Amino acid sequence: MADATAVTITSDLDVVSARQAGRELAVLAGFSQGDQTVIAAAISEIARNILIYARRGEVHLRLAVEADRSGVIVVATDQGPGIADVERSMQDGVSTSGGLGLGLGGAKRLMDEFHVDSVPGTGTTITMKKWRRRV
Amino acid sequence: MEVPILKQGDYLIASIQSALTDADLTQLRVSLGERVGRFRSKGVIVDVTALDVMDSFAVRTLRDLAHRTCLRGAETVIVGIQPDVAFAMVQLGLTLKGVATALDLEEGLEFLDRQLKGRSGRRG
Repeated sequence: MADATAVTITSDLDVVSARQAGRELAVLAGFSQGDQTVIAAAISEIARNILIYARRGEVHLRLAVEADRSGVIVVATDQGPGIADVERSMQDGVSTSGGLGLGLGGAKRLMDEFHVDSVPGTGTTITMKKWRRRV
Repeated sequence: MEVPILKQGDYLIASIQSALTDADLTQLRVSLGERVGRFRSKGVIVDVTALDVMDSFAVRTLRDLAHRTCLRGAETVIVGIQPDVAFAMVQLGLTLKGVATALDLEEGLEFLDRQLKGRSGRRG
């Protein structure tokens, strides 16, 4: 598998593909099985958010290798309605879709870095990263 | 991929074989609900050993499934949640509150046997 890949999200099947691709990259990055699962779960949450709110979008996955660490970088983009109140959307239990409202906040807890860039009416880009120290 | 549901005496065992889409999970919820009625089942086991990820949708659907089959009179137990999956669930803030869980199929069967023995005169 290449060290970068993109999955177009248009159906629930693509959510599964995205998280499986993420797990494969996590394996390449040398993550433990536990962290592989954590990364896959975070990708699943944000990929599903794309499906629910924007109906289509893309999840870009990239392996990052630096001198003393390696990691997985996930960038999820859509041209959906955007998030009016990003801070509020990250709170547990806050959902505008009738879901559990754990998606964004939960994904943030699973990853080391998490950034939401959203413009209402234009779209949303979520960047999240997970790192592991290289020995 | 549709989840095979085995009938074993008074019990139904749904044995998930591979990663499931949202639609597969929703379908499982419907199929089990229907079969509990058709076979007059007293117990349901959902084996999730093969699931390598359980996100918020999967957990919510399984919880709904278990509550529904319980309301229909079938004790329900989810078995086989893997340690990594449990860890990620906790991090995500996901719980299966109100749903019985067991380590594996064997423990799940024992759990159902115990539960149903407690029901006065209903065990066939």
